[in-house]
Amino acid sequence: MEDSYTIMRVFAGSWGGVFLFASFVAVILFALRPGSRKVHRDTANIPFRYDDKPAADDDAAPAQIKEARQ
Amino acid sequence: MLDYVKLLILGLVALCAAIAASYARDMVYMVHMILVMVTAAGLFIWQLRRTGEPVVPVPTHEYMDGPVRAAAIATAFWGCVGFLVGVVIAFQLAFPQLNFEWTQGYGNFGRLRPLHTSAVIFAFGGNALLAASFYIVQRTSAARMWGGGLTWFVFWGYQFFIVLAATGYVLGGTQGLEYAEPEWYVDLWLTIVWVAFLAVFLGTLLKRKEPHIYVANWFLLSFIVTVAMLHVVNNLAVPVSIFGSRSVSVMSGVQSAMTQWWYGHNAVGFFLTAGFLGMMYYFIPKQAERPVYSYKLSIIHFWALIFLYIWAGPHHLHYTALPDWASTLGMVFSVVLWMPSWGGMINGLMTLSGAWDKLRTDPVLRMMVTSLAFYGMSTFEGPMMSIRAVNSLSHYTDWTIGHVHSGALGWNGMITFGMLYYLFPKLWNRERLYSLRLVSWHYWLATVGIVLYAASMWVTGIMEGLMWREVDAQGFLVNSFADTVEAKFPMYVVRGLGGTLFLAGALIMVYNLWMTVTRGPAKAAAPAAAAPAE
Repeated sequence: MEDSYTIMRVFAGSWGGVFLFASFVAVILFALRPGSRKVHRDTANIPFRYDDKPAADDDAAPAQIKEARQ
Repeated sequence: MLDYVKLLILGLVALCAAIAASYARDMVYMVHMILVMVTAAGLFIWQLRRTGEPVVPVPTHEYMDGPVRAAAIATAFWGCVGFLVGVVIAFQLAFPQLNFEWTQGYGNFGRLRPLHTSAVIFAFGGNALLAASFYIVQRTSAARMWGGGLTWFVFWGYQFFIVLAATGYVLGGTQGLEYAEPEWYVDLWLTIVWVAFLAVFLGTLLKRKEPHIYVANWFLLSFIVTVAMLHVVNNLAVPVSIFGSRSVSVMSGVQSAMTQWWYGHNAVGFFLTAGFLGMMYYFIPKQAERPVYSYKLSIIHFWALIFLYIWAGPHHLHYTALPDWASTLGMVFSVVLWMPSWGGMINGLMTLSGAWDKLRTDPVLRMMVTSLAFYGMSTFEGPMMSIRAVNSLSHYTDWTIGHVHSGALGWNGMITFGMLYYLFPKLWNRERLYSLRLVSWHYWLATVGIVLYAASMWVTGIMEGLMWREVDAQGFLVNSFADTVEAKFPMYVVRGLGGTLFLAGALIMVYNLWMTVTRGPAKAAAPAAAAPAE
C-alpha cells in the first residue's frame, strides 16, 4: 500500500507535473497561433447575435450574419 | 408513460420518507424526512392532476426563460435573506445580548453563522449562477435548453437543497466542514441535482448552432464540473444509520483538513470565481455593447486560472500538521494566481475602452466595473495573505473576514446586482428599468457599505493579530484574548453598519425590480435586429 502511494507521489511530482505544464504551454501556444485572430473576433461577437430567438434549423452560418462591431 | 413513472417515484419517495421519519434517530433527520414527505406528496397530487390532460406543445423556436426568471427572483430573495442574517450575526458579535436566551440552540451566533455563509454563497450566489448559466448557454449557443423539464428539476431541486441545508443548520445538523456543512443525505440530493445541471448545460452546448463555444460557457462548465468533483470527494462519509443524520468522514486528521481546504478554496475558486467570471464575460460585453477586449486573453485567463487554482488550498493550513512542502506549494500557486486574476480584470475593464463615457450615464455598468475593481483588489489581497509570514499575522483574525467580504460583497455581489438589473427588463420584456436613480442609490449604499465593512475589518484584524503576538520584556504575552475582544468593539459596530447599508441597497434593488416588472412600460415590438446599433 505504502509503495503504491510512493509510486503515485513520485509520478505526480515528476512526469505528472511535466505533463500538466506542457499541456498548459500547448494550450497557450494554440490560443496564440497565427490565424486565430479572425476566429477569435468572430467568437467574441457571439453574444450579440441570437439575443431574442434561437437559430432556426436552416439558419445561415454565423459568418454571414452581420457583426456587432464593424 | 413518463407521467406514470413520475407518479410511481413520487409516491414511493413520500412513502419511504414517512417510514424514515417514524424511525428517525434524531430531530434533524425527522424534520427533513417530514419535509421530503410533504414535498413529494404535494408533487404527487400536482402530477396526478396533470396526468392524462392534453399536452401543450413546447415552443421549440424560443428560449426557455422560465427557469431563468425563477432563478433571478430566487437570487434577489435569498440575497436579502442572507444579507439580513449577516447583519444580525454582525450585531450579535458586537452586542452579545442579541443571543437571546429564548433562541438558545436555534438563533444564537453559532447556528446562524453557517446559515449566513451558505445563504449568501449557495442560495444567493448559486441561484445567480443558475440564472446566468441557463441564460448565457442558450444565447451563446443559439439553442433552446436541452432536456425539456429537466431544467425546472434543477431549479426546484436546488431550492429544496437550500431549504434542507438551512433548516439543518438551525436545528444543529452539520458535519462540521466549512461550506460543506449539510449532512450526507442532503449531499446525495445535491449530487443528483448537480448531475442534472451538468446534463442540461452540456446537452445545450452539444446542440448549439454556433460553431464555437463562447468563453463564458467555458468558465461556467468548469464551475459545474469542478464543483461536482469537490463536492463528492469532500463529502465522502459513512452514515452512522440510514435513519439518522450523523455520518463519519472517511478521512481523518491532516488528510481530512487538507481535503477540506482543497474543497474550501476551490469552492471560492470555481463557485465564486470561475462561475462569476462566466457571468462577467457575457454581461459586461452586453451592457457595454462591445465585445470583450481581447478574446485571446480570455482564453489564457481561463486556462491559467484552471491550472493554478486547484493547487492553492494548502495556504489555509500554514503552521499546522500539514507538511511544509504542501503549504509552500499552496502559497506559491496562490501568488502566481495573481497574474491570471489581474489579466482577467484588465480584460474586463478594457472592454470599456472607447465606451468609458457610459459609466457616467449607466449605473448598471458602473456596478459591473466596480465589481471588477473589487475582484482585482481581493485577488491581490488574497495572494498576499497566503504568504506564510503575512499569514502568521492575518490568520484567525478578522482580516480574513474582511478579505472574504471585499470579494463576496464587492465582486460577487456587485456583478450579480448588475446581472439582475440587466436581466429583469429583458426577461419580462420591459423597455427599461423602473428607475436608474434607485440603481444609483443602491450602488452608493452598497459601495459605502463594503468600504465600511472592509476597512473596519482591516483595522480590527491587524490590531488583533498584533495584540495576540505582543510580548513584554520578559517574554510574557501582554494581552489576554478578552482584551482583544474589548478593543474590537467599535470596529464591530462599524462593520454591522456597513452590512446594514449593503442590505438597504439590496432592498432598494428588490423594490426597483418589482416596479420594473409590474409598472415598467412594455417593450415595443421592435424588428428583430441581429446586431445592436453602433
